[in-house]
Amino acid sequence: MIASVCHLFLALVGAPFLLSVINRTKAWIAGRHGQPWLQPYHDLLRLLRKGAVYSRTTSWVFRAGPLIGLAAVLTATTLVPFGQARALVAFQGDFIAFVYLLGLARLVTVLAALDTGSAFEGMGANREVWFSALTEPALMLSLAALAREVGGNGSLSLSVLHLGMSAAVWSRTGFVLALVAVAWVVVLLSENSRIPVDDPTTHLELTMIHEVMVLDHSGPDFAFILYGAALKLWLFAALFVGLLSPVKTGLPGVDSVIALAEVMGVAVGVGLVESVMARLRLPSVPQLLIGACAISSLAFLIERHGVLLP
Amino acid sequence: MTGLLEPALIVVILTNLAITASSRLAFGIRLVATQGVVAGLMPLVLSPEEVTVRLVVIGGLTVVLKGIVFPRLLDRTLRQAAVRREEDPPFGYKASIVGGVVTLGLAFWLTGPNRMPLPAPLASPLQLPAAVFTLLTGLFLIVARNNALNQVLGYLVMENGIFLIGLALALEEPLLLEMGILLDVFFGVLVMGVAIFHISRAFDSIEVDELTTLKD
Repeated sequence: MIASVCHLFLALVGAPFLLSVINRTKAWIAGRHGQPWLQPYHDLLRLLRKGAVYSRTTSWVFRAGPLIGLAAVLTATTLVPFGQARALVAFQGDFIAFVYLLGLARLVTVLAALDTGSAFEGMGANREVWFSALTEPALMLSLAALAREVGGNGSLSLSVLHLGMSAAVWSRTGFVLALVAVAWVVVLLSENSRIPVDDPTTHLELTMIHEVMVLDHSGPDFAFILYGAALKLWLFAALFVGLLSPVKTGLPGVDSVIALAEVMGVAVGVGLVESVMARLRLPSVPQLLIGACAISSLAFLIERHGVLLP
Repeated sequence: MTGLLEPALIVVILTNLAITASSRLAFGIRLVATQGVVAGLMPLVLSPEEVTVRLVVIGGLTVVLKGIVFPRLLDRTLRQAAVRREEDPPFGYKASIVGGVVTLGLAFWLTGPNRMPLPAPLASPLQLPAAVFTLLTGLFLIVARNNALNQVLGYLVMENGIFLIGLALALEEPLLLEMGILLDVFFGVLVMGVAIFHISRAFDSIEVDELTTLKD
């Protein structure tokens, strides 16, 4: 229990640091020095000290968006296991709650974007919803495959899946897990608006997706959105290493350190992907996402038909 | 000893999905070649303890033909026709991946327990679904693509599927029969290559839609 609370604080404090790791990785590849390690925290503090500007055409929906969005992501954080400990909240079926809490966060962001009445933000909302509709089946199907594979008696709890993961499972069904891992890399990049789906560094360009929805938010509201996005990246990285990494010693403290290193490793991986790849053309993004869906359906079908004998 | 079998079958399934999704013809040729090589080596993977001269000869011939000869022939045709990709197939690429997944589900359903009687238990339960899926993918490519070269690829994928089904149902096929099939496929690809060349000469494209404008 205490370990779970510690891990929750670690997530809350460490999330913006992942952005720094990605940024420094990209800078290192490009031969630049990069921004200071604590820059994301300074950015958040600066925004929190500012006042917010609200357009007269917006309603309470616009103001509620960042608050509800951050609240939903924070709630989802309590469901994700880390290290050797269970998540703070764990119940049968919590991964469905996890996926839909993140869905709720997206919904309020989209509604806030539409509330401004800006055609530009409507376009971003359109793309965000279209792409997330394609990543959600990929995430759900691969979680379902994992639940059958690792959870034993069809357990639908992230914490149970996390504790059931071991090197033995990998040696038995490595290729199903490899398929799930490939699908999740695409889901992670897409859900967090990273290259090759979206470019987080572009501003005011017709190609962007997530950034364009939040153009009208300012001050603390924008800080909430940025912090929520960082936390979401942490959540997906923690889920990725927690449910797929077999490296476990059984010692609580050591496992937490290993998991932390793995999460940072995921951030370095994202940085490497962003350094070597260009953003995909917008029409070919759905193809990538549908491909991820196809791969996770394959994992699910193999699992569903009991191909792998224990 | 089926340690390599299931990864090999998954590679076959993944190449099928990739072929339905790729618009670049050269990439499609590579994918079909990879699939042919993996399928050709399947008999050796299935029974590594009893590798006979027969198995090695057939496996080697299949690899040489499907992995080297066919890609070269098709690449040459592609260069002559000066086409790089099929832009606008009757069944779009995104829809094709979805179609591929539906076909995969169909293949698993068709080969499910008690639905398809088998002469002997299989080395892997994935064997028959992968084989049927390959067959259906080939059929799908022939129907859903307009480009003559893509249709040839569909034909080759279908042949791989039939080969895999044969492997699942009867490991010991007569040598003469296997040789005959390989010879047929070889001449099939050779003749189709020539036909595509002539289509490209006559119409400046290798879309088979153009053939409907032919009059006698």
